[in-house]
Amino acid sequence: MTFSLRFRAAVVSIALFAAFLGIWHLATRSTAATTTMTPEYAKLMGLTATQGKSAMPGPLDVGAKLWEHLKQPFYDKGPNDKGLGIQLGYSIGRVGLGYLLAVIVAIPLGFLIGMSPLISKAIDPFIQILKPISPLAWMPLALYTIKDSSISAIFVIFICSVWPMLLNTAFGVAAVRKEWINVARTLEVGTIRRAFTVILPAAAPTILTGMRISIGIAWLVIVAAEMLVGGTGIGYFVWNEWNNLSITNVIIAILLIGIVGMLLDQILARFTRMVTFPE
Amino acid sequence: MSTFDNPFDPDRRLRAGGCSCGQHVSEAEHEHAALALRCEPQPSEDKRYEGVVASAVMRAMFPKDAARRAFLKSVGASTALAAISQFFPLQTATEVFAQGGVPEKKDLKVGFIPITCATPIIMAAPLGFYSKHGLNVEVVKTAGWAVIRDKTINKEYDAAHMLAPMPIAISLGLGANAIPFTVPAIENINGQGITLAMKHKDKRNPKDWKGMKFAIPFDYSMHNYLLRYYLAEHGLDSDTDVQLRSVPPPEMVANLRADNIDGFLAPDNICQRAIYDGVGFMHILSKEIWDGHPCCSFAASREFITNSPNSFAALTRAIVDATAYASKAENRKQIAEAIAPANYINAPVTVLEQVLTGTYADGLGGVKTDARRVDFDPFPWQSFAVWMLTQMKRWGQIKGDVDYKAVAEQVYLATDTAKVMKEMGLTPPTTSYKSFAVMGKTFDPAKPDDYLASFKIRKAS
Repeated sequence: MTFSLRFRAAVVSIALFAAFLGIWHLATRSTAATTTMTPEYAKLMGLTATQGKSAMPGPLDVGAKLWEHLKQPFYDKGPNDKGLGIQLGYSIGRVGLGYLLAVIVAIPLGFLIGMSPLISKAIDPFIQILKPISPLAWMPLALYTIKDSSISAIFVIFICSVWPMLLNTAFGVAAVRKEWINVARTLEVGTIRRAFTVILPAAAPTILTGMRISIGIAWLVIVAAEMLVGGTGIGYFVWNEWNNLSITNVIIAILLIGIVGMLLDQILARFTRMVTFPE
Repeated sequence: MSTFDNPFDPDRRLRAGGCSCGQHVSEAEHEHAALALRCEPQPSEDKRYEGVVASAVMRAMFPKDAARRAFLKSVGASTALAAISQFFPLQTATEVFAQGGVPEKKDLKVGFIPITCATPIIMAAPLGFYSKHGLNVEVVKTAGWAVIRDKTINKEYDAAHMLAPMPIAISLGLGANAIPFTVPAIENINGQGITLAMKHKDKRNPKDWKGMKFAIPFDYSMHNYLLRYYLAEHGLDSDTDVQLRSVPPPEMVANLRADNIDGFLAPDNICQRAIYDGVGFMHILSKEIWDGHPCCSFAASREFITNSPNSFAALTRAIVDATAYASKAENRKQIAEAIAPANYINAPVTVLEQVLTGTYADGLGGVKTDARRVDFDPFPWQSFAVWMLTQMKRWGQIKGDVDYKAVAEQVYLATDTAKVMKEMGLTPPTTSYKSFAVMGKTFDPAKPDDYLASFKIRKAS
């Protein structure tokens, strides 16, 4: 008997996950107390020291804590302690804003570069130098000049997501098949109309691929940026729990960051499929 | 005249005599009292303020002591109080006085680093000290010292928790643009410690520490100067014999566990946290290096003081008030519970309690008690600033000459804080310089250059 490939893959996935949890559980089991302590001393010490509890939480600890967070994701206990839902909301909001600004700048500019070989050549050295700079390296400069940490975080998102979009747009526009443009020319289509009705649809799949790369990078960077500037966001949550050496909460945050990142990527992937055309 | 006297006591003088504050019989006794700085509050703040106001009223009504005495003797103190209260609203006047001027800006943001040094700044929020002084303050947790500096300079924060040497460094333009900063209040004294990794539990003599790696929270910190001082007294040059690294306090415990560092001189709850997690042990408390050393400060830019003097005064009053409350041992447990949640320090209550009450596990199986492990005392002694400047020069952070007194007096606002404390009915010291001993060696704030020259181990300048 044969099962579909999909079913078999799912079985393997689940088996891998179970094995991972099992190893994790075994690796983080408590060992017996190694030293004897007087009761009053033991009362002042943590579980790691008294019961040999591993500093790394096991899957059961993480699961219990996760359930606790999921039960009330939107609580607000003051400026430094908010629910995970609110923190994720702040992060997504920042990424959205910075990303939107990047789209507004990168796509028209990319069009210009792609359509004009002169500008393309002139701007190229700048892009080549600016592109490989780690977005976080901009952080001190942004803090110093903008003088506002939340705008600085948005600026960092902007600067990291602008390059892939810019390059992909320019490449997509420049690579539109000459025949199509020539056909448009013979039909005496104006430049603006040509850009929107011929080049844009033709370059759309490449542009969206650039946007998909950008959103991935933006989401990677926001966590680090928020750890630096603090205040709100999932990155701040990681930092705050790291302060308390609560590895359980850090693991939960990592899990959520992964899930949100995947969702953002899937949304862009869906858009890409919508504009893809068979040649 | 003193703010503590009963103005309705006929035998009291209302004008100064005896000593400069009028509270003591002689100048000698006054100085003795001033040396032991006290910020214990009076029975209740309201009573204190009432006394201040009533004294002022009595003084205005009876400019001559003889006349007042005659009046009080003939009618009796309680009748006099009742009589005056009838035509002068002491109660209302007291309330108005306690609030000071109307704050220009009521909604303030104050940044802090999550360590127990910030206790007064943090606890003033949940325990209502800010609101008592007519302010609506949001205390914002911040990622590190450089970030808190930048955010305060950028005016995202109106005031902030900083390491005591930082406002001096900022004012001098060390590691930042020179911007005049001020310290209206010291947060805590003592409350730090040298924690070593468990594997060094037999290496208790610092002479054996050659080649070890230590973490400090920031270059411009008391931790840096105290650790270097301590090592130098044991013959180790901190620039050549050991490695010092700036590590944000939260990462210290993890680094100690990972064996990246051998120990640290760190702010508390970090030291105790390392013990709590079984990673390290307490070698010595910083108090054993210099008992009564300042650690963190409450800092604001001069611009903020100029633009919003009333807000600043109210903020200073709230901090002084909170510090006075924190200095009392019986309040410490309540404070530990108030500042432990995730919104504030975010640490286990047991750890904070051990730090604040001074009954703590030392990491080697013993329980130790030291009620002054951490203490709170708001007065910004200018001699503290002079000492820090000598150490900045000693370790090459300041090159060339420095006008110790001018810098200290510009940054550490001893006079203004003394005034605020007096208005609140507390007894500030009458001088802003005091001598103290660091590891048995006396520091004379009048002769900083001689002090500096007396150290054998120092960076050649």
